[in-house]
Amino acid sequence: MSAQMDKRRPYVRSMAGWWTRDPYFIRYMAMEATSVLVAVYAVILLVGLARLSQGEAAYNGWLDALKSPLSVGFHVLILLVFAYHTWSWFKIMPKTLPTITLGGTPLPQPAITWTGVVVAVVLNLLVLAILMGVKP
Amino acid sequence: MAESTRTIEIEVLRYRPEQDTEPFYQTYSVPFTDDMSVLQGLQTIKDDLDGTLSFRWSCRMAICGSCGMMIDGKPKLACRTFLRHYHPKKLRIGPLEHFPIERDLVVVVEDFIKKLEGIKPYIIPKEPRTLEEGEYLQTPAQLEKFRQFSTCINCMLCYSACPQYGLDSKFTGPGILALMHRYNADSRDGGQAERMELGHSEEGVWGCTAVAYCSEVCPKGVDPANAINQNKMGSAIDYFLRFVAPRGAGK
Amino acid sequence: MKRANDPIFWSLFGAGGMLSALVGAALVFVTGIGVPLGFLVSQDLMQYQHMLGFAHHWLGKVIVFAIIALFLWHAALRIFHMLHDFGVHAGTGAKLVCFGLPLLCTIAAGYWLLALGF
Repeated sequence: MSAQMDKRRPYVRSMAGWWTRDPYFIRYMAMEATSVLVAVYAVILLVGLARLSQGEAAYNGWLDALKSPLSVGFHVLILLVFAYHTWSWFKIMPKTLPTITLGGTPLPQPAITWTGVVVAVVLNLLVLAILMGVKP
Repeated sequence: MAESTRTIEIEVLRYRPEQDTEPFYQTYSVPFTDDMSVLQGLQTIKDDLDGTLSFRWSCRMAICGSCGMMIDGKPKLACRTFLRHYHPKKLRIGPLEHFPIERDLVVVVEDFIKKLEGIKPYIIPKEPRTLEEGEYLQTPAQLEKFRQFSTCINCMLCYSACPQYGLDSKFTGPGILALMHRYNADSRDGGQAERMELGHSEEGVWGCTAVAYCSEVCPKGVDPANAINQNKMGSAIDYFLRFVAPRGAGK
Repeated sequence: MKRANDPIFWSLFGAGGMLSALVGAALVFVTGIGVPLGFLVSQDLMQYQHMLGFAHHWLGKVIVFAIIALFLWHAALRIFHMLHDFGVHAGTGAKLVCFGLPLLCTIAAGYWLLALGF
């Protein structure tokens, strides 16, 4: 028996580039990567806050920078990434919840996803509507 | 039509530790009929073409969990996957990812077995119980809380799907954490505190980053991603309340 | 078995993820596209006096703080996991960057909001 044991030489394979091996992993990495632009947007707002505390001239500098085509184009990208974040967030959310039963029957996971997405769309549109109604 | 014999090229990863320094692919031309599974293809190779090929199998009907392997890059049970699905393309077969290769398609499963024992996969009674007290009574609703997670056949496809296990095998992994939840969620069981010592740690539920590919590949619909991630909320609440009101459970 | 401290960061990650999923897109549109172009919203929506008034109000402070802080803490845990997924060792250096920077920004945001007064 020990002669056989000596012949064992288990081969360990590399994990390099593991996430390229399947479209599922690529989608997972894309979902995770959305957080980078979420952080970038928060920093943009943070800079705006800093400028606001520095007075009107400084703040207007920040506001003018937002008007540049580069900034507007970049925010279109950020917007698309936030949309993908919203979708992927509610796609994974059912996994974090125990099975919900409604009157005896279990609620299917896609139902939770779609409810979340609908609520998110409604809330986003509500925020937009409120801000559209503000005339300073 | 079902009986017409065609040939499929199967590329199998070979590794004989006593003679190979590295694994390599070997191609076989395998005659097959439409009703043949990948497992039967491998058996054809072993019986007729190359008796040195090693692989695990047993029941041929997707209940023993022995024949898990990477089929065309995806973790699948060979007995439940069919050659006709891949023909006329070349079919690539390899050992389950994220496990060390023992020989050919056989992987080292000692880590899995050790971890399985580590989560105490049995009912730990809440109180000592005598035979005279009779059997446990359980409603259908109580059964539903854990039934799905009890259908695991220990095939380890989910471990091949889990990149966190692949990156760090200290992580307990999807199947075994799902089994841990199966016992924690069973109304007959009182062992949650013991099991959650592991559950509350980085090796437990917190090692999971919700990739959820495990649930995609599970042949029994166990949904280990759900078993693990529904415990994060309970673990977090327990974390914050433990000095105030210890709950000691991942339920 | 050592108890993981993940719950702290995971809770913040969850709160930030939910907030950004529910209202993030609208905010990005308004601040980054709508106001700069005067499209659908007034271009004066974010003019200095208006924003100052908003930041002076306690509710305005809470909203601005919540958005900046929670968005950053959401990204913190995700980026930390991503580094690990890309093979970067999840050691002290990674932790300092992933959680230290959001902490600094959170403190800065709080400071500036309070410094603006009421």
